[in-house]
Amino acid sequence: MMTFLTHLINGISLGSVYAIIALGYTMVYGIAKMLNFAHGDVIMVGAYVCFFAVSSYHLPPILGVLIAMALCTMLGIVIERLAYKPLRQAASLAVLITAIGVSYFLQNGAQLLWGSNNKMFPAIIPGEGISLFGGQLRITAATLVTILACIVIMLALTWFTGNTRMGKAMRAVSEDKGAAQLMGINVNTTISVTFAIGSALAAIAGVLYMSSYPILVPTTGSMPGIKAFTAAVFGGIGSIPGALLGGVLLGVIEIFAGAYISTQLANAIVFLVLIIVLLVKPTGLLGRKINEKV
Amino acid sequence: MKKILSILLAAVLCVGLLAGCGGSKPADSDVSAPIKLGGIGPLTGGAAIYGNAAKNGAAIAVEEINALGGLKFDLRYEDDAHDAEKSVNAYNTLKGWGMQIFLGSVTSTPCVATSVEANGDHIFLLTPSASSTDVLGGIANPLTGTIDIPRKDTVFQMCFVDPNQGSASAQYIADQKLAAKIAVIYKNDDVYSTGVYNSFAPKAESLGLNIVSTTTFTEDTKTDFSVQLNDAKSAGADLIFLPMYYDAAALILTQADAMGYAPKWFGIDGMDGILSVDGFNTALAEGVMLLTPFNADASDERTKSFVEKYQKAYGEVPNQFAADGYDCVYAIYQALNNAGVKDSSLSASELCDKLIEQFTGMSFDGLTGEGMSWGKDGAVTKSPKGMFIQNGVYVGMD
Amino acid sequence: MNKLKSMDRSVRRNFLTYAIVIAAYIVLQSLSSARGFSPTLRGQLVPICAYVVMALSLNLTVGILGELSLGHAGFMSVGAFSGAVAAAALQNAVPSPGLRLAIALIIGAVFAGIVGTVISVPVLRLNGDYLAIVTLAFGQIIKSLVENLYIGVDSSGLHMSFLKPSIALAQGGRMILNGPMGIPNINKISTFLAGFILIMLTLIAIFNLVRSRAGRAIMALRDNRIAAESVGINVTKYKMMAFVTSAALAGAAGALFALGQNTIVASKFDFNTSILILVFVVLGGLGNMLGSIIAAAALTILPEALRGFADYRMLIYAIVLILVMLGTNSPQLKALFQKLLPGKHGEEV
Repeated sequence: MMTFLTHLINGISLGSVYAIIALGYTMVYGIAKMLNFAHGDVIMVGAYVCFFAVSSYHLPPILGVLIAMALCTMLGIVIERLAYKPLRQAASLAVLITAIGVSYFLQNGAQLLWGSNNKMFPAIIPGEGISLFGGQLRITAATLVTILACIVIMLALTWFTGNTRMGKAMRAVSEDKGAAQLMGINVNTTISVTFAIGSALAAIAGVLYMSSYPILVPTTGSMPGIKAFTAAVFGGIGSIPGALLGGVLLGVIEIFAGAYISTQLANAIVFLVLIIVLLVKPTGLLGRKINEKV
Repeated sequence: MKKILSILLAAVLCVGLLAGCGGSKPADSDVSAPIKLGGIGPLTGGAAIYGNAAKNGAAIAVEEINALGGLKFDLRYEDDAHDAEKSVNAYNTLKGWGMQIFLGSVTSTPCVATSVEANGDHIFLLTPSASSTDVLGGIANPLTGTIDIPRKDTVFQMCFVDPNQGSASAQYIADQKLAAKIAVIYKNDDVYSTGVYNSFAPKAESLGLNIVSTTTFTEDTKTDFSVQLNDAKSAGADLIFLPMYYDAAALILTQADAMGYAPKWFGIDGMDGILSVDGFNTALAEGVMLLTPFNADASDERTKSFVEKYQKAYGEVPNQFAADGYDCVYAIYQALNNAGVKDSSLSASELCDKLIEQFTGMSFDGLTGEGMSWGKDGAVTKSPKGMFIQNGVYVGMD
Repeated sequence: MNKLKSMDRSVRRNFLTYAIVIAAYIVLQSLSSARGFSPTLRGQLVPICAYVVMALSLNLTVGILGELSLGHAGFMSVGAFSGAVAAAALQNAVPSPGLRLAIALIIGAVFAGIVGTVISVPVLRLNGDYLAIVTLAFGQIIKSLVENLYIGVDSSGLHMSFLKPSIALAQGGRMILNGPMGIPNINKISTFLAGFILIMLTLIAIFNLVRSRAGRAIMALRDNRIAAESVGINVTKYKMMAFVTSAALAGAAGALFALGQNTIVASKFDFNTSILILVFVVLGGLGNMLGSIIAAAALTILPEALRGFADYRMLIYAIVLILVMLGTNSPQLKALFQKLLPGKHGEEV
């Protein structure tokens, strides 16, 4: 029973990280209608920045996280302006390939700058965690903070898109870009803000991911990026609660498949579940059915 | 623009093809030219630490030998990014350069591919670290008893072949009565890890060791060991055998500590380097036991000199890959001298015959072992040293 | 000459493509037997053919059918492993290497085609980005499955095992496929000639498909699915036709590739390889077969030619990719180039 709970909590924790990353994907997709394949690598950059801030410059962890967020936000905006904005009218395939190019650029740039040796991310989340049932169930501080952060971010984003001017502008652009523009909304600014928020979230996701799985290499962001992208589609791309649901479910399935079926087949099972869900609900769990107009 | 692009691509193609025409150089007729020594390894990508270490170790050896007068080497290393296809491309590039002796590929899977090429071209291959039995060929698969790959006669290894480490580890754990319940975590998409495990398991069973948990991981899943560690913990294992490289081991130790699980740890030569992982809390490695041929903290003159030179040139402590790379060059040098080779006038094939003859008869002392010798099967006989980590340095266990 | 002029443009283009491939083959084949020919390039001739066929087959899915596939390397993997296992198993039964290779290519194509058919059932019910994600998922699943497959052969035939590495084999037998370690000992029987023939067959298949009624239906689906559906075109049937053909061709390419290597592992055919082929197709131009051929060949040779820049190689590759994508697709940059270079406007495929 205890191992079951342990796995469940690990799964929710991993899923929370996926959810935060998936949020970035889903927001950008909903508003700019593009799949930002480089998102996973922005996570990696955020993790490296925080690593150096804490390990080499001995800054307090919270400052490290803030610096990572700031730098990732700037990186996201720069990438958007340089690589994606010129292609806004182009076919989505072209943007996808460009995003892949950016992804390779970030990975190889990181390798040149910081080397490809493993770095161990320092334990920056203080506290011993909690111990339940007489020591049989241990939950680390990192796990608690991750789940908490995910919930807080979700609530904050939902409030933001529902109640602030910029948030409503984001929703308008995602509904109908042309109409939004006619209504006086600055589409360029809106999209840039979306990327900025997504990238800041990526930095947080990077730090949280590293706190539970502390190996850091230039390709660290790649697989979580793919899985989070899967989670976003799973939950319904464009939907914020969908990203949360998709992410958490994916994490839980991954851990349980590894524990009870086989660690070798865990990834395959995760993707199989995705396919089955999409067969039954083609737009994802919480996705809206978009009626195509002729 | 599309037209420009297609013209550009076609131009690139032509340039590449034309470069192909002028590629191969004729054998050097200058008798005083150095002997061309080629090597391949992952110089970029995730396994770059190993490739660069072997290359750097070899470079130090070549520098020392060239300063002695007498035979000289010209060393050239190519990158394969730990991919078999790229490794064969690199081998062909070295062949076009006129390589006479081959230091093989550093990692096993690419070396399995390049060894076929070298053997086919009758070029002598001595790899510092590609330890799989598939590299040598001619060794029976421990699980099925079949010989899946024929022996490649020109291929030799400086490192322990995997099955030896596996059974040696089992023997050691049994002899020293290190634990009552043993768990194993190994990487099953890695020839090295699987090769060691496949000979550890049957030996452990025959010695009566109690293995309570066996779990695996792959390249894709090496970021999280909670499932594997929980399995070992709930089975009550008090020693975990880790036949893997130190990068994954560092994470396992860290996660086990976070879980509040503190078994004994036993590793193999791949564990060497764990103290150098950036950001790793080396206190967690206290008491870790490992079998390794190279101890950078040893006090003998040769090791100290090597470590000092390496640190000066590359800014870090060398690991066993570097030491193996160094030993390979010196072993070849010794063999060439014994065979009376004076210059680079012999062809690669003739040098190969002489080297095979020497290697199967000589005894070599290097950084990674004393009295090393080789059989026709290409595997090296040297004794692994049992060490454990105390106060951040390796201490001999005996 | 008049006949050439009277043919419509696309047919002329097809003949140009055939002609270029034939010419390239003749030139390279005669050069490669010369003494000074680079061993690196000689060793790459077969892989180039395989990547070219991969690019052509993916172009069928992405350029002609108009659906993004992110798991194409999965088909290559199925073809590679089934072809290589077949060739190893038939080593004694079929002594002629050419015949054995042909059988292996066919087996690779058939297995990949079967997998393609199975996958097309869920995949083709979806559209756009969802379809892409499912193809990505299938690519990963195939990789996981192949990684855990063990196959051995002995006097009583093939023995297979899933997840368990120990198989009981009789004396004189051997393991062929060793799970994650892949196939470590392949008898190389692929030849440049075989690669050339495969490319020609692929071109013939694709060109004929495109020019047939089925091809027009497929392109109608690509251009406007709803209109095509309303005209009565059977969406599923034609989508499946294109998809399965594409998969089978990729399988043959995989078999050709595997039998030109000493060793293959499942992790070689991963997401990165799928993206690599996709880049060939996009750079060469969607629907432009000649473009795919040139892009695949050029981008396979390029990393080897850039060996001198080792460390910066991949970084340069990434930057060039971004610049090219921006250059070919951004309206501002397009206008800039058109101002700089007066002349005929670029033609659409």
